[in-house]
Amino acid sequence: MEIKILGTGCSSCKNLEKATREAIAELKLDASVVKEEDIVKIMSYGVMRTPALVVNEKVVMYGRVPSVNEIKELLLK
Amino acid sequence: MAQNNFLSGQIIRVKYAYLLLLPLWLLLYVNLKWITDRVVENIPGLTAGTHFTEALRFFIFEVPKVLMLLTLIIFIVGIIRSYFSPERTRKALEGKPLFTGNVMAATLGIVTPFCSCSAIPLFLGFIESGIPLGVTFSFLIAAPMINEVAVVLLFGLFGWKTALIYVATGLAIAITAGWVIGRLKLEKWVEPWVYKLQAGSHPEDEKLTFEARLKTGFGAVKEIVGKVWIYVVIGIAVGAGVHGYVPQDFMASFMGKSAWYSVPLSVLIGIPLYSNAAGIIPIVSALIEKGAALGTALAFMMSVIGLSLPEMIILRKVLKLPLIFTFIGVVGTGIILVGFLFNYIF
Repeated sequence: MEIKILGTGCSSCKNLEKATREAIAELKLDASVVKEEDIVKIMSYGVMRTPALVVNEKVVMYGRVPSVNEIKELLLK
Repeated sequence: MAQNNFLSGQIIRVKYAYLLLLPLWLLLYVNLKWITDRVVENIPGLTAGTHFTEALRFFIFEVPKVLMLLTLIIFIVGIIRSYFSPERTRKALEGKPLFTGNVMAATLGIVTPFCSCSAIPLFLGFIESGIPLGVTFSFLIAAPMINEVAVVLLFGLFGWKTALIYVATGLAIAITAGWVIGRLKLEKWVEPWVYKLQAGSHPEDEKLTFEARLKTGFGAVKEIVGKVWIYVVIGIAVGAGVHGYVPQDFMASFMGKSAWYSVPLSVLIGIPLYSNAAGIIPIVSALIEKGAALGTALAFMMSVIGLSLPEMIILRKVLKLPLIFTFIGVVGTGIILVGFLFNYIF
């Protein structure tokens, strides 16, 4: 599983990364987490609100920081 | 079956039980003055009428009042905002002519969820879908300047008239400044890569149940009140000090009506000063009480809240310097005019 965190480095982006790593650890998933900070690449996903969570190149959530439990659900979908 | 109905009724009751907090809120809010007076009376060693007692009374009354107002309004605004999104706002603005577009962008700027850390993706998203530069600016001016924290504090500390004036003049500035920037045709001062950008298709909007919207409201309260409460407390503490100790009419000589230069000066000082509304408004309210003119104070607050250096630095990624200076110049001129206007009227 390939996971990307889109965000230009604000505090909520860091919080999303942390929560996502926690969710992965709790689910014991085999996943890579990449932070995407390049705005041109971020825009290529069509999001206007950061941070965003991308799973296997598909945007599953954007514009907020969900709880670890909610991220688990998003990852399992 | 009956068992089932009973159960689901039970769940609904539990789910909305916290709405019972509302009458409790009202009861506390209406009686706050009375409670404050009782608290102050019962602190030993205080004499009513002294500087210290009056400053303390001001502090004990204003802090819970403003925090209670903030909590309620941010909860309501949080729910309202869940019906808006930058994506929908963008759709509404697509293909709108200049002036109509400016009016709509500024108005939508008030209700659309906005955080300055998302200013760049938002700017790019707007420009990429063909929304004119001037219309985009109307949004970018209104969104940070007219926010619920500023409006609540103005309402709580100045009354509804000043809050309304702030919103109305803020809208007027956002509409006019955006329109002027549009007419000046400054697209050449946007970084060239912006117009070459290929944005991907927009992911589907999340569909929210009403329960999820209530949750969004609570989330907003937790996030915003959690962030600004300390500024409210410090701002009101400084305000209380001014209220109790600074002599009457102390501010009149340099922030009063007669000192015309104080309006542009306040705006200039306000640009690099970066404070949120929660910290600055209580202090300004105390200054007005000591003879500062309303127009001057209004101009100062607008400059501090609406023209912030960190946001300029963020926008520098997509805008060339001349455009940033034009932006500051046009908005700053608008704020100065508002300041003069209100010093003249009141």
